[in-house]
Amino acid sequence: MSEITSLTLYELIKNIKEKKISSNEAAKSFVDRAEKSKKINVYVTENFENCLKLSKEFDDKPNFDLKLPGIPIAVKDLFCTNEVRTTAGSNILNNFVPTYESTVTQNIWNEGGILLGKLNCDEFAMGSSNETSFFGNVQNPIAEDLVPGGSSGGSSAALAANLTPVTIGTDTGGSIRQPASFTGTVGLKPTYGSCSRYGIVAFASSLDQAGPMSKDVKDSSILLEVISSFDKKDSTSIDFKRNNYSSELTRNIKGLKIGIPKEYRVDEMPDEIEKLWKKGIEYAKDCGAEIIDISLPHTSYALPTYYIVAPAEASSNLARYDGIKYGLRSSGKNLIDMYEKTRSEGFGEEVKRRVMIGTYVLSSGYYDAYYLKAQKVRQLIKQDFDQAYNKVDAILTPSTPSSAFKIGEKSNDPVSMYLNDIFTVPVNLAGLPGISIPAGVDKNNYPLGLQIIGKPFDEQTVLNIAYSMEEKINYKNNITDWWMK
Amino acid sequence: MVVCDNIFYHMTIDLKTVKHISKLARISLDEKKAEKLATDMNSIFEFIEKLNELNTDNVEPLTSIAETTLRFRDDKITSENIREKILKNSPEKNDDFFVVPKVVE
Repeated sequence: MSEITSLTLYELIKNIKEKKISSNEAAKSFVDRAEKSKKINVYVTENFENCLKLSKEFDDKPNFDLKLPGIPIAVKDLFCTNEVRTTAGSNILNNFVPTYESTVTQNIWNEGGILLGKLNCDEFAMGSSNETSFFGNVQNPIAEDLVPGGSSGGSSAALAANLTPVTIGTDTGGSIRQPASFTGTVGLKPTYGSCSRYGIVAFASSLDQAGPMSKDVKDSSILLEVISSFDKKDSTSIDFKRNNYSSELTRNIKGLKIGIPKEYRVDEMPDEIEKLWKKGIEYAKDCGAEIIDISLPHTSYALPTYYIVAPAEASSNLARYDGIKYGLRSSGKNLIDMYEKTRSEGFGEEVKRRVMIGTYVLSSGYYDAYYLKAQKVRQLIKQDFDQAYNKVDAILTPSTPSSAFKIGEKSNDPVSMYLNDIFTVPVNLAGLPGISIPAGVDKNNYPLGLQIIGKPFDEQTVLNIAYSMEEKINYKNNITDWWMK
Repeated sequence: MVVCDNIFYHMTIDLKTVKHISKLARISLDEKKAEKLATDMNSIFEFIEKLNELNTDNVEPLTSIAETTLRFRDDKITSENIREKILKNSPEKNDDFFVVPKVVE
């Protein structure tokens, strides 16, 4: 049998149910490997001792009816975990220990999952490279000094380095799908309203969604089934009938119509991305899907719209960090001075930049010109998808316009960093489900992903297409454990 | 920035504006940081200007992606005796209260 840490979630569950591996053995394997993998810097907070203890308790009284029986799982440090420090990658929350649990993580523990630790991410999920984290860069397990993507960069790196069997991230503009694409892993952003936002450190509330990240498509379907739930504690949670995503997973996608949006053929797109996309189209045809050319005419307006909507919502959400109720407090000569110093010392550069942009676009006299305008364009972007879905069942695009870049390469140019999310942002603006699956490599052997976008609440079709294409693509990550040498 | 007929023309965000915004956002900035932010904000707004190409006069703004009305909950207390939990992470507290710098002389 291959090593425990390299098993997929499905295989690990099977082995635990068949009593070939105990929960404690699994926990030990992941902890041991993490101890040898400090160099890639995925953990902000380790929960190793507790995980070992809880896994032993599971083995003493196992319940194999659970969906994640005794499975150790590390999660992005944006999910509040009761009595376990939650930082959102920020200095301002460096000492924050929640007294409550996010719904999504609670769903995981209810099904037998055990917390391994909290994973590094861009500060308040604002970034595409994990370089904005207060807790330092994360190394991409694919190659040294390569970013793992972001904002769920600790999650994607932990997964690719076999430090957790599956994980969860959050995706506001691509923060699950882009890091998945950069690390040769699978990442799914569900429909807005599928997974509760309760207990997730808020960034842009109308865009934020939690979702599974995994080594293959089947694992994402298992985890989605666990985390997707209607929750009264989230006012935008939607009460719809959720599928049994893993048992309904099928490779029969014959006759499904898949749209290819011509506007995603952007000018600066490298040849290898274009080639990958063409290859993806051939794979989809091989799976029995019908390919249809479609148009999403407002695609090029999505990023400018996002960079009004997301900072505006962020500036409102981050107003709560005032140095009084929780988090960092700096001393000041009066109340206002204390606020200003606390926020100046507590927030990093990218967060300040976005709070400033958000404050500006919402400030007196500019609201109509920026925020209202952006909401109108957001409507047009959503209508593009509505119209496309009269003709097709799903849409196939590249996940990112490039493969992973070097640490430091883009950190001085915010706009060039933002362009990374060009294919993922429209999906958040329209609230749709989207998955990134590994589909090939570039000239440096760095992974490249394809994105499948679905109709609202149709995660099943998205997963089914991904599952079928995954078999044809047959992608294998070639990770050498270089950081252990 | 001039707003007329729903079309906006981007003018440079100057240092004075950056400092005003930083006051509104309650983030103190030194001169060097303010200058850097002015540069960054200008390049970002240049990028945002693209939206001007679109006529959106007859478009309804999208305020919520989930087409549901917000739910009401019963006006009932659901969590009791959580004072300690609420105060637990406070940087400075005094018995049952948050402590803030003196506000009234």
